[in-house]
Amino acid sequence: MNAEESYEIRLKVNGRTQHVTAPARRLLSDALRGELGLTGTHVGCEHGVCGCCTVLVDGAPVRSCLTFAVAVQDKDIRTVEGLAAGDGELHPVQEAFKECHGLQCGFCTPGFLMTACALIEQNNDPTEQEITEAIAGNLCRCTGYQNIRAAVRRAAEITRSDKR
Amino acid sequence: MIPASFDYVKASSADEAISLISEHGDEAKLLAGGHSLIPMMKLRLAVPSVLVDIAGVRDLSHVEDRGDHIAIGALAKHRSIETSDLLIAQCPMLAHVASKVGDPQVRHRGTIGGSLAHSDPASDLPAAVLALGGSLIVQGPNGQREIAATDFFTGYFESALAEDEMLTEVKVPKSPGTNWNYQKFNRRAQDWAIVGVAAAQVDGAMQVSLVNMGSTPLRATAVETALASGASAAEAADEAANGTEAPTDLNASPEYRAHLARVLTKRALEASGVE
Repeated sequence: MNAEESYEIRLKVNGRTQHVTAPARRLLSDALRGELGLTGTHVGCEHGVCGCCTVLVDGAPVRSCLTFAVAVQDKDIRTVEGLAAGDGELHPVQEAFKECHGLQCGFCTPGFLMTACALIEQNNDPTEQEITEAIAGNLCRCTGYQNIRAAVRRAAEITRSDKR
Repeated sequence: MIPASFDYVKASSADEAISLISEHGDEAKLLAGGHSLIPMMKLRLAVPSVLVDIAGVRDLSHVEDRGDHIAIGALAKHRSIETSDLLIAQCPMLAHVASKVGDPQVRHRGTIGGSLAHSDPASDLPAAVLALGGSLIVQGPNGQREIAATDFFTGYFESALAEDEMLTEVKVPKSPGTNWNYQKFNRRAQDWAIVGVAAAQVDGAMQVSLVNMGSTPLRATAVETALASGASAAEAADEAANGTEAPTDLNASPEYRAHLARVLTKRALEASGVE
């Protein structure tokens, strides 16, 4: 069997460009977790259903388990590690999930935070319907979603008051 | 789940992509959003040895007014179709159907070209383009050809695309107004349709297509014929399952699907203004 070819992959994650040497089949989720040690991005179902692995690519929520790392070179990738400020101050979505008890076991939370972050950056005054639609691609087996929706609503509120 | 290994090549133009897939034959696959292909690769249902990444090809993400029709680049993402002001005004059915595909994460990566080329009978966009009577522009080593949507879907996950051809553009007729509807029946927000029905009035005639009622997306010709001869929405909808061979799976039996097709067709026709 021939040795598998490796690719030099430039990944710009949370504003920092890093180099990864990996085969083309390396998924973005595995590159983030394995090569870069950013284990905040969780891998749940591994086939594009649960949304736990959601990261932002150029501001859009995408599933990192259905994305090859080599295909998103030089794109602006944001993970849950990039949400809080350098001094530890929480991002509005993190603050809101904490305040509204938007999590229980926490496994799905990184995906929800990134999805909510994308929504609020595009629309800081979403309707209930828009919130429900926005999180349709993320599964949570604990909360029943009510507190998650409340948290997204609250995150939008915090963002609006920050802007004032 | 990790796909089998493959070589990765990035194409910067359609011509380059076509020459690469011509060179590698059926060993190569085009990668755009990857939201149909990568799950298949993980399950080893597809095992390409070369992936030609076309996501970076320029000039194939447009949504343009071309007089009597709208031209959509094959790499236009579902999200950009869903939010296109031009489509919302001139072909609202397509924008609406795009908003019903999967979930936000899928719509930010998936492309209309990928969805059509994949030719899944359970997908939303193939049925929408079919109901609209759209056409597809495909490019190969010897130039371009245009294929009517009614001739494009040839079998279960099979299309009229040749191995060395690439889908570059989708054309849909302008069909503004409110005489259209899409009924998607599923049990969870992000699922495929158990059955779907797309209806659109184009040039005065009501055109209807069915999702997941056979091995390809289908035009409901029996319904269209009934409507053309003056049938009511309820009468025409009774014909919805005629001539179909609905699949069976964990979600539904063929009989249940046939029932759904009749019920959803009636709803779609009534919502499209057919009495």
